[in-house]
Amino acid sequence: MDSLHNRIVALADLHGRTRESLLPILQGVVEYENYLSQRSMVEISRELDLPAAEVYGTATFYSFLEHRKMGKFTIRVCKTISCSMMGKNQILLAIKDMLKIEIGQTTQDGRFSLVETNCLGWCHKAPAMVINHEVYTELTPEKVREILSDYLKKEL
Amino acid sequence: MIEQHLLLKRVDFIFVQDTDWEKILQKSIQRPKQELINELISSELKGRGGAGFPTGLKWKLTSEVEGSEKYVICNADEGEPGTFKDREILTRVPYKVLTAMAVCGFIVGATNGIIYLRGEYQFLEKPLKEAINEFSYFCKKINLDFAIRVFMGSGAYICGEETALFESLEGKRGEPRNKPPFPSVSGYRNKPTVINNVETLAHTYTIFKYGAKKFYDLGVQYSRGSKLFSVSGDTPKPGIYELELGMSLQDFVDEFGDGDTKAVQVGGASGFLVPRKKFSETAIGYQGKLIGISLPTGGSMMLFNSSRSMYNLLDNYLEFFREESCGQCTPCRIGCQQLLAGIKAVKKGDRPAPYLDKLLKLSETMQFTAKCGLGQSVANSFASIVENFREEMIY
Repeated sequence: MDSLHNRIVALADLHGRTRESLLPILQGVVEYENYLSQRSMVEISRELDLPAAEVYGTATFYSFLEHRKMGKFTIRVCKTISCSMMGKNQILLAIKDMLKIEIGQTTQDGRFSLVETNCLGWCHKAPAMVINHEVYTELTPEKVREILSDYLKKEL
Repeated sequence: MIEQHLLLKRVDFIFVQDTDWEKILQKSIQRPKQELINELISSELKGRGGAGFPTGLKWKLTSEVEGSEKYVICNADEGEPGTFKDREILTRVPYKVLTAMAVCGFIVGATNGIIYLRGEYQFLEKPLKEAINEFSYFCKKINLDFAIRVFMGSGAYICGEETALFESLEGKRGEPRNKPPFPSVSGYRNKPTVINNVETLAHTYTIFKYGAKKFYDLGVQYSRGSKLFSVSGDTPKPGIYELELGMSLQDFVDEFGDGDTKAVQVGGASGFLVPRKKFSETAIGYQGKLIGISLPTGGSMMLFNSSRSMYNLLDNYLEFFREESCGQCTPCRIGCQQLLAGIKAVKKGDRPAPYLDKLLKLSETMQFTAKCGLGQSVANSFASIVENFREEMIY
């Protein structure tokens, strides 16, 4: 059996095979493959003995459980009011310009995906973004370029 | 004018570091349960998540329900735009929240507690678990049977609604349930459940430490105690402040405004926009007879100066609600879409200005017919923005 299957079995062993373990398992798969592929959802449904539609329905409800293929690093820029007022668009422009992608797209090398997200809870330090689960606040275009440069040095 | 309001007063309870939690826990679980409940009731603490349900009554109701399987849940799905206080509490004084959960468990007869932490705060999971480990060690030492675990959300505003949160904990889509039954009777796993906001729990710690009177002496009638405010927007000093309840919005703006404050959004996107001309007649607190217009809030205070377009504000909120609506009930699912499309059409000139009145009626319909607080409260910001800044919606 391949590594995704093993991963799902391991997650089910860890969290249990009840309906209540579904979210932690979905989260664990996203950590692993950056998103939820159709195959992973079918595998999870088999492992938990749930209808695949139930797994799909639950997974697609939550915005952090992406079901489109994503890059290794998902950049989520907050677009809610405080961040929007404090220059979110300049941040987005800087990212788009540097990575040559639009919102919803992934870089060709599969390193970055760019999406907008709702309130991250950093309104007093706007604008804010998260890359996977790492938080960055009080952003400026220069700061964003520096942050992304560091990510470009990381191994894929 | 408000006759009975307080001058803005800073208070420092919640973030004061103390090393007394072990003592407070030990002392509390030796007191009669009824006495603890009475202490909470007499403090008049109300839910700090925004809804304002009396906390003592909530615990009392759950304690009176028969059953050996009960739960204490800490709602840390802080998603309201402009709110960020719960994160700070869990970062700086997690042991206060844990202690409060354990005392609550002791009172209502629950041996399990869960902290539902929003996915956006995943970086808090590890330190929180470490705090829980230390806490559990002490519980064992004093023979208190109470276990706490953290459950991570995955990015859904609606899961802050208590019954949606239960659904999410049970591994389902976060779709709110019908009420009644209320959580005190049937909550998580359909068992009696106390669910409180992070800040509410932190306040109960203060009350158990100092007694109800110290808390009750703060604030005004119907709005006792202090409250954390998350201040953001056009302000020279954004941040988190603990203030005595009952101040007028004018005093708040005098303290936090940038000198050109045009309007303040009280209570986040689901709250109300108050224009400058109403600052002095608006008080911050729960609804009561004595203090004129009184706005409850989960603590989100967003200030806007005269450079801001109120149309953009509303457009931003409605896009937020359209995306965060769970889609379960028609008034909210379709209503949010239509309100957003409607104001865009008026702005563009595709619809005449009186169309705004139709939209206001639609928001009123949502208020009466939506299944949960999300859909019901869209009308709050919608009506307060459209009625006070109508010309900005049109031109």
